[in-house]
Amino acid sequence: MLLRARRPEYLNLFTRVQVRGPAYEGVFIGADAAFRGRRHGFSYLLGKIGDAQVGPIYLGYLGVLSIVCGFVAFEIIGLNMLASVDWNFIEFIRRLPWLALEPPSPAYGLRFPPMREGGWWLVAGFFLTASILLWWARIYRRARQLGMGTHVAWGFAAAIWLYLVLGFIRPLMMGSWSEAVPFGIFPHLDWTAAFSIRYGNLFYNPFHALSIVFLYGSTLLFAMHGATILAVSRFGSEREVEQTIDRGTAAERAGIFWRWTMGFCATFESLHRWAWWFAALTPITGGIGILLTGTVVDNWYLWAVERGYAPDYPQVFPNVTDPSLATGGVR
Amino acid sequence: MKYRFPAAVGLAFLSFLGLIFVMQTFERPPVSSVQQGFRGTGMVQVANPRLAAMLRDVNQAPPALEAASADGDRASTIYENVPLLGHLSIEQFGRLMQAMTEWVSPEAGCNGCHVEGNFAAENVYQKQVSRRMIQMVQRINTQWTNHVEAVGVTCYTCHRGQPVPAAHWAAMPEHGARGMAASADRQNLGLPSVGLASLPHDPYSVYLAGGADIRVATRTPLPSGNRQTIQGTEATYGLMMHLSQALGVNCTFCHNSRSFASWEESNPHRQTAWYGIRMLRDINADYIAPLRDILPPERRGPMGDALQANCATCHRGLSEPLYGAPMLRDYPELAPAAAAPR
Repeated sequence: MLLRARRPEYLNLFTRVQVRGPAYEGVFIGADAAFRGRRHGFSYLLGKIGDAQVGPIYLGYLGVLSIVCGFVAFEIIGLNMLASVDWNFIEFIRRLPWLALEPPSPAYGLRFPPMREGGWWLVAGFFLTASILLWWARIYRRARQLGMGTHVAWGFAAAIWLYLVLGFIRPLMMGSWSEAVPFGIFPHLDWTAAFSIRYGNLFYNPFHALSIVFLYGSTLLFAMHGATILAVSRFGSEREVEQTIDRGTAAERAGIFWRWTMGFCATFESLHRWAWWFAALTPITGGIGILLTGTVVDNWYLWAVERGYAPDYPQVFPNVTDPSLATGGVR
Repeated sequence: MKYRFPAAVGLAFLSFLGLIFVMQTFERPPVSSVQQGFRGTGMVQVANPRLAAMLRDVNQAPPALEAASADGDRASTIYENVPLLGHLSIEQFGRLMQAMTEWVSPEAGCNGCHVEGNFAAENVYQKQVSRRMIQMVQRINTQWTNHVEAVGVTCYTCHRGQPVPAAHWAAMPEHGARGMAASADRQNLGLPSVGLASLPHDPYSVYLAGGADIRVATRTPLPSGNRQTIQGTEATYGLMMHLSQALGVNCTFCHNSRSFASWEESNPHRQTAWYGIRMLRDINADYIAPLRDILPPERRGPMGDALQANCATCHRGLSEPLYGAPMLRDYPELAPAAAAPR
């Protein structure tokens, strides 16, 4: 039987019904409950997009340390940006997207430079990295304590891998902190463009291509999944347990929809496995691509053309040659 | 439903911000594109005829003065102190002086360079500058034909009726050398010189006065000792932004952007630009920078150097200055057959 809604109640941007009972502090965790905060309440507006209950939050030692380290890094970066416009606060706001804390110049290699010439960059990087790693440990332990798997932590680790390759591992292998990324909004984008140009166009790096496949694949999978679940929410797709074992449910219809349209469908479990791997492989492959750049391959364009990975287009304009090679000419 | 009203106001406000963003960011059509390379490689020049029309009025060459006879006495027979142009006929000499006045000093007239009643006097700095600039123009027109070709240059190519060409550069003081952020110096200000990017904003003293290596990419697939850095690449990028803006073209005017370094895939314009950069190094170092000793303070930059030339000084938003008007043809005195003395 096909059901037809009289009016499209399932077409909503926001959660329609907020069920509000007594606040729930979370599962019993014994003495560790001392680390869990006590403040909690309800927010009507947050309930529109998620669960209306806010708090309690479990910070613990790791959470507090992570936030402190993150704050130190944030302050160092911000104060350096402010210093670079001569402590002029108006200029700081006006030029904020352009400002940066830059890594040391190539002359310093892997040595610790004077603070004002990149030392602050190293210190900020240390605290930011400490903050990120502490946060990783925190989510790993919170997942363990709840009896969950550690999938979130390992997904986060994939992103941390790319971060460490860009700012730590690859600079170490290249022998210079100057190879790392500046802290800044536009400056890190300009760094990206310059990195690609210096190493002969990153688009010819196959791991870059793989990373893009997984990145765009992730967005596609996410869109398909979100659309599918919302489309069967009129049949109660949010009630997962009974959905997976009964006939005629939202889950089965969602599966049938994809089986009818492409002959094959995910299950409620496997879909999330696809999504996890697509998302995790984006920074994993990206990190490999970055790590190979400058260490193993120095010009991706020449590498790709030489190996037939990219086409060698015909020379349209004859006689275009490098003037610096002309005999007797200027240099 | 109690939040409906604020939501509508919020949405309207966001739409308003979005509209401002769109209007500030995007160019109103029409946009035309012309293919300039192998199909499918994106070798395309993008132009907006509406914006191109705005350049037309300010980039018109003035009509040539009536030609002068080469016969008769030499200028040196009646004028004193004319070492550079004394070999011209009196008529030619007068015509060139008149043209230069219109090109460079239409308001002050002859007094822009000369002492009234004593044209031979040397104590006006503008006169000494002019003499050196005539030598520079002659050198460009004879030694740098790789760049200017037969079209050549005249005083007007840069000056456009003004004693100081509108587009120039000078060394800038360090902006943040004090305090803790020296590593961010000379970049990250989003200045127009590099197209509002966070790139190092003084490519001129590095590449157009100094002779720093512009090339950054490695010429072999695998590492082979190329010591160019990402910082150096950003500086090169800044120079290229200047070229692009000065000429009103995008990267693919010269390069196939899939490999900026490859000459085989480049447009011939890249060769012209390559010589142009060397020409600027030549004239900035040998002709313009040494003028600092005779220029008054108000004619110098903030660091006390002479105001020097970059691509925009002549090009002014066009790939061919003055739409390629062959002004030199009407003033052959500015390209003497014998190589100009330096």
